[in-house]
Parts: sequence; structure tokens; C-alpha cells
Amino acid sequence: MKPLLSVQNLKTHFFTDNGVVPSVDGVSFTVNVGETLGIVGESGSGKSVTALSIMQLLPSRKGKIVDGKILFQDVDLSKLSDKKMRRIRGNEIAMIFQEPMTSLNPGYTIGNQIGEALRLHMKMNRNEAEQRSIDLLKEVGISRAEKIVRDYPHRLSGGMRQRVMIAMALACNPKLIIADEPTTALDVTIQAQILELIQKMKKDSSTSMIMITHDLGVVSEVCERVVVMYAGRVVEEASVRTVLESPSHPYTKGLIRSIPRLEQDVEWLESIPGNVPIPSEMPTGCKFASRCEIATDQCMEEEPELYEVGPGHISRCFLAREVKNAITAT
Amino acid sequence: MSSYITRRILQLIPVLIGMSIIVFSIIHAIPGDPATVILGDQATPEAVAELREEMGLNEPLVKQYFSYVSGILTGDLGTSLKTSKSIQEEITPYLMATIELMMMSMIIAIIIGVNAGIIAAWKRASWFDYTAMLVALIGVSIPVFWFGLMEQWIFAEKLGLLPSTGRMNAREPVEALSGLLLVDTILQGNWSGFWDVLKHLILPSIALGTIPMAIIARITRSSMLEVLELDYIRTARAKGLSGFWVLYKHALKNAFAPILTIIGMLVGLLLGGAVLTETIFGWPGVGRYIYDAIGSRDYPVIQSGILIIATIFVFVNLIVDLLYSLLDPRINYR
Repeated sequence: MKPLLSVQNLKTHFFTDNGVVPSVDGVSFTVNVGETLGIVGESGSGKSVTALSIMQLLPSRKGKIVDGKILFQDVDLSKLSDKKMRRIRGNEIAMIFQEPMTSLNPGYTIGNQIGEALRLHMKMNRNEAEQRSIDLLKEVGISRAEKIVRDYPHRLSGGMRQRVMIAMALACNPKLIIADEPTTALDVTIQAQILELIQKMKKDSSTSMIMITHDLGVVSEVCERVVVMYAGRVVEEASVRTVLESPSHPYTKGLIRSIPRLEQDVEWLESIPGNVPIPSEMPTGCKFASRCEIATDQCMEEEPELYEVGPGHISRCFLAREVKNAITAT
Repeated sequence: MSSYITRRILQLIPVLIGMSIIVFSIIHAIPGDPATVILGDQATPEAVAELREEMGLNEPLVKQYFSYVSGILTGDLGTSLKTSKSIQEEITPYLMATIELMMMSMIIAIIIGVNAGIIAAWKRASWFDYTAMLVALIGVSIPVFWFGLMEQWIFAEKLGLLPSTGRMNAREPVEALSGLLLVDTILQGNWSGFWDVLKHLILPSIALGTIPMAIIARITRSSMLEVLELDYIRTARAKGLSGFWVLYKHALKNAFAPILTIIGMLVGLLLGGAVLTETIFGWPGVGRYIYDAIGSRDYPVIQSGILIIATIFVFVNLIVDLLYSLLDPRINYR
């Protein structure tokens, strides 16, 4: 079966006063119909820029897709005119953002903001749009939806607002939803509720989803497949189970080790030493080598390709097999 | 909301009282005897005594103030020393002429200024942005009298397209009802008169509106730039809205508060500060009326003129305050 979305060798560069920053540097992945793909990585790994590239919402003038293809139902989004892209945004691909507190316009009612996409893409009139907005709000678990629809965002809590954002994304029954860290800005209890809601939404519709997060816990709950990004590159891709049980890249391994565990009594949380290298000081070899415990001389000089380490499991590490086996052994 | 309006209007009372005291003191703040100052050095003592009696200057100061205020409250602004006519009757047509000119200037300034500011912010660092902001800089920098004269020279003198002075063609005068001649001609169905009045308005309102236009354009641009960076703008774009809707629906409403503040202040500026424009274009406005009164030391007229302009200014800013709540539902008036 053909994938719904196929990102091929995407390169998105930012042109700043201090030079060109290759935020996304040759990223490829696919999303199948009905599938949820997780994109995991630290801040600055290029996850959000990848999402904005798909939506063609990069900050104009600064960010630019310099190479690669974004095939959505066989149409290359990177080549579409703005007018044609607008017909896809909010209609076929919708997005949920990280900051529910600031992602809603304070000057308009909830109903107005949800209804906007309905009136634009579904050609509904004002009343139909309001009725559908109320239904959507009920679907995302907001009680008193008839009242909330006429309320302004400042009267709602963060969790409620994120529910509104989800309702907004679901409005036109999109084929793909991109959720960019939808739970990061929320309280832990609310996070769980929102994740539950997202899972329920997925079950009820055949919508595909890209879940962008730095939280492997979120990935393990919601996703089927996961792409791990580091410094603008994909470093590992596999099913969630494979990645969690037998990661084959030292970076993924580090990410998993830094998840706090209840059953272990530890004084310090594990962390990966160092930071993502600054774009201007990007090393020539493996981008992770400077933080890697098992880096060799080869890692410092040559950049590894993506190696297949198992069925549907690829890793950008010369020592991928060793890493994988080491984990399985222990 | 209605209780807020009531409270806000009650707050105006001390402001208006303060204003009336200041305006009242103008006549007493001048050194020497007001009657002597008004009549000049050559006046006979009898004439001075008579004027003192007429102006009530022999009464105690407090009593003078109260009779002044009670006069204002009953709509009696006093009589002009120069023409001996009732001031409110005399000032109304001048005031209406100024208001018509001011409104026309503000309409031009707001429509062009706001749109130029929005496009400049949207196309930031483009040739449009640079040109618009350069024009705006020139707009605030050029002296009104020079600009007005240039307009007259080009459009009236050289091209002969538009009349250079006055409010209407003196040979076909328009009958005034409200004093806003554009409105009056429409009410009377006098279309040739309307066209004539409009033609007379164009040059002076452009001259008067240029500085406000430039200020509004710059404020709009900077306010829009701030708002366009915000997350909900990205949300709006992610919904598939076109640039027009993103700018004019989502961004402008939130960017408008500072623009509104400036508009309120500019209205006051234009009401009182139109003397130069009015003089150049022979516009029978209140600025020139007060200016002439100053020349002839007609103190009651000066007082009333200042009082009226200040009062309008205060009320315009009240309206601006009330409009904020329409822009931002988070403002809670209780």
C-alpha cells in the first residue's frame, strides 16, 4: 500500500545573519494510512521544523526548503502554490501546537475559531458551523459545550484550550494530524487526559498522525512506529517496541536510560552528557560522536549512513549491531 | 459594562471642573487689569470702569467663577467683546467646519495609514516596507504650511484641478443645516453642492492628515509586527486562512489598541492645531476663529474656544476607552 505521506531527503535551512543553519538535513520517513508515527528528539533536533516544513508554515524569508520532496497523496507539497497549499492546511492536514495558552486568538470566541475552518473548507454557514463546533467540543470531552462555544479563550484552562485545539484540528476530518508536543505545556494529570483523548480520537477515525515529542513515554503510549532525530537527521527508525526494547543507536539508548523509573531507587537521573552541537560547529563525522561513550576514530571522521539492523529497523551508527546486541544481552 | 460607562462618565466631572478653572483663570492670569489689557493703553478710565462692570470683574473671584460655570452649564458661553454677539451662535459654524475637516483628514489618515502599516509589516524588509516607512518619515517631517502651499501650487495653480481656498463656491453657497456641509448637501439632495464641497475638502484634509497618516502607519507597522510573531497567527495560518484573513481578522484586532490610542490623541491635536492649515486654505475653522480672537484680545471667545476643544478631546478619549473593550474581551469592566 502506498504511504499517505512520504518525506524524502528533506532539507530545510534557515538563512540568518550569522549564516545558514541546516535545521533539517536530509530527513526521510513515511506515514501510512491510519498509522501514528512518533518523532522523538531533544530541543533543536529539527522535529518542529520538519512539521512546519510539511505544513509549509516556515517563517517566511528565513526558513526555506532547499531540497527534497514532501509527497502527500502523491502531491509534492513543497512545490505547491500558496493557494493550493491553503486548501490542504486545516482541511487534509491539521496541526495541534505545543502552547495551548497562546495558540488561540484572545479576540475571538471559541466557536468563531473552530468554525472558521468549517466555513472555509466545508462551506458551512454560520449556524451550521456553530452547531458542528458544539458537537466537536462535546467529542473532545468539553461539558457545557453550548456555553463554551460563545466564550473567549481566556476563560478556559490550559487543558480545556488544548481540547479546543484538538477539536479545531479534527474539524474538517483531516487525513493527517501533526501534533507538535501537544502535552508538553500541560500539568501531568492533564497530560494523561489529553493523551487518552488523542488515542480515543485515533480509534474513532482512520486519521493518521505524526506525534512530535521529546517524551518516549508519550511515544510508547500512542505511537506504532518511531523516528529518532538528532541534529537535523534521522538517527534511528523502527517500531516502538523494537526501539524501546533493543535500540541500536547510542543516542536512543541514552534517551531511554534518562527516563525516570519508579521501581529503581536512584540518586541521580541518567542524562546524556553535552548538548546538541551548534550548527556552526557541526562536526564532520557522526554528529553524536562527541557525546557518545563508544565512539571510535572512524566516528569522528566519517558520517555513518542509515544501516538496516533488522526488518524495518534502521540506525545511523557504525556500531548499530553491537549496540543492539549489547542491549538485548543485558 | 453600563456601570463602567456610568463610572467613567462620573470620572469626567473632576476633569471638566479642573478644565473650567484653568480656562476661567486665563483672563485673570494676565498681568494687570483684564479690562485695561482688553481695551489697550489708550482707553479712558470711564471705558475701563464700564467694561469691568460689564464683565463682572468687580464681583468676588469665587462668585465670578460660579456665574461663569452656571453660564456654561445653561449653554451660555458669553458674548464676544468684538462683535457683541452670542459666542455659541458665532462659534458653531466655525466648529463644524473644523470638525468636518478633521473627520475627513482622519478618515484619509486612518484608511491609508493603517493599510500601509499592515502591508509594511506583512512584507517586512521589502521594497514596499522601506518605501512606505520612508514616505512616513517624510510625512512627519515636512512642515504643514510648506506642504499646503505646494499642494495649492500644483493642484490649484498649475493643474487647476481643485480649488485652493474656502469651503465652497461662494457664488453657489450651500445651505447649512448641521454645519457639516457634506452631510447637509446629501440631506438636501444637492449633488453638485456635495461635489463642490468635497473638492474644497480634498487639499486641506490631505495637508492636515499627512502627519497623522504617517504616525498611524508607523504605529500600525510596529504593532502588527509584534502580533504577527504570536502563536495564534500560526494557528490561523495552519487552518488554511489566506493572508488577508490572517492579517485583517486575526492580527489587526489584537494590534489595534495602540493605534486607537494614537487616533484619540490625534483627533485632539487636529481640533486645536489646525490653525496653520486653516489659515493657508482660508478654511473658516475654529482654530482660525480663536487665533483672530487672540489678535483682538477677545478673551471670552478665547476661553470658550479652548473649553470646547478641550471638552471634545476629553469625550473622544472616553470613546476610545470604551472601544478598547470591544477589541479585547479580556478587559473586564466592573
